Amino acid sequence: MLISVLSGKGGTGKTTVAVNLAALMKNACYVDCDVEEPNGHIFLDPVYSKTERVEVMVPAIDKEKCSGCGECVRFCYFNALALVKWQVLLFPEVCHGCGGCIHVCPQNAVTEDKKDIGRIDTGVGGGLECIRGVLEIGEPVGVPIIKKMKAGLREDRTNILDCPPGSSCTVVGAIQGSSYAVLVTEPTNFGLHDLEIAVRLVKKLGIPAGVVINRSGEGDERVVEYCCSEGIPVLGRIPFERGIAEAYSKGGLLTEDARYRKYFEDIARRLEEVLNREAACYYKR
Amino acid sequence: MKICITSSGKGMDSAVDLRFGRCKYFCIYDTVSRETKVLENAGASSQGGAGIAAAQQVVDEGVEVLITGNLGPNAMRVLRAAGVKAYRAEETDAARAVMMYEAGQLQPIESPVSAHFGMQNKRGDK
Repeated sequence: MLISVLSGKGGTGKTTVAVNLAALMKNACYVDCDVEEPNGHIFLDPVYSKTERVEVMVPAIDKEKCSGCGECVRFCYFNALALVKWQVLLFPEVCHGCGGCIHVCPQNAVTEDKKDIGRIDTGVGGGLECIRGVLEIGEPVGVPIIKKMKAGLREDRTNILDCPPGSSCTVVGAIQGSSYAVLVTEPTNFGLHDLEIAVRLVKKLGIPAGVVINRSGEGDERVVEYCCSEGIPVLGRIPFERGIAEAYSKGGLLTEDARYRKYFEDIARRLEEVLNREAACYYKR
Repeated sequence: MKICITSSGKGMDSAVDLRFGRCKYFCIYDTVSRETKVLENAGASSQGGAGIAAAQQVVDEGVEVLITGNLGPNAMRVLRAAGVKAYRAEETDAARAVMMYEAGQLQPIESPVSAHFGMQNKRGDK
């Protein structure tokens, strides 16, 4: 099972919610999909025992066969190719690896080469399996790392996917196929604005979702009102408290502190309820 | 000979846009016919590789001299391959930049700025 934790806005507490839920839930696996800046390891402190490299396709151009027609250059949406004096110039760091240039070349002058874009680390930390994807600096797309990471996940586990911020390709790549999405927000204008985008995204992908309000307190009503209007349950709240920020700044798990553990127990309980209900709905269909 | 000036408006009286890949327009001035053609920079709205797209457009127009503020590494590679000579302008308008070029007052751009330089430095300031 896949449970995605996403937010739209960055810095709302995705990792806080994801690591603490993973630490509480039975048979969980923490998967850090925020490949541009994975940071769940700060809290779970895993020892990584296995590292796999991730490669993607980049084109190679056979200068003998190339006629300089420019079909590949016109096709490339990402401007990774240029045509100067009937010669193709390749910019591999801009390439998204779609392979379109190979298909459109009338001379079959474009072939497949490989480029290393990052790695997947697997290990154990905080008593659970931890996996993280790491994208090399300067690489434009992390999706292939996320897809490879997800392909290796065990189905009999509750895989908690800590997603990247925003709502772009990497987020879509991470949440696709999830049984449920936990949307972490904060009661601010920015939090609510980006929550609405995240809700549109999960609805489009047909993923049932619930909301966790982090730094809860002043302004919660608007978030709750919005959730009601969209028919999305509020799974729980984490209050705006100095002690929580202090524990976080030291890289500690909030579940290890009796004062804060209850917030995550509440979220986990509500999550199990809604998951059971979703499963029941699924069978009814 | 065609001279391309990166510009923020649609005429030779517009300010030179000191960014290359993300500039708004290209003013292409023909020194023989003394006519100017204005093109929208296709790179300006591209998701990535703006410098490459912009350079491709300039090369396709048969430009020999480019006047702009800064060039990124990818744009420079395309322009160099095509033999386009690039010159650095300071804050001025396109017509004056051409006059300065013709008077030999502009310095050639020898080295690129870092990738995405114009994204953080909207006016292309150094």
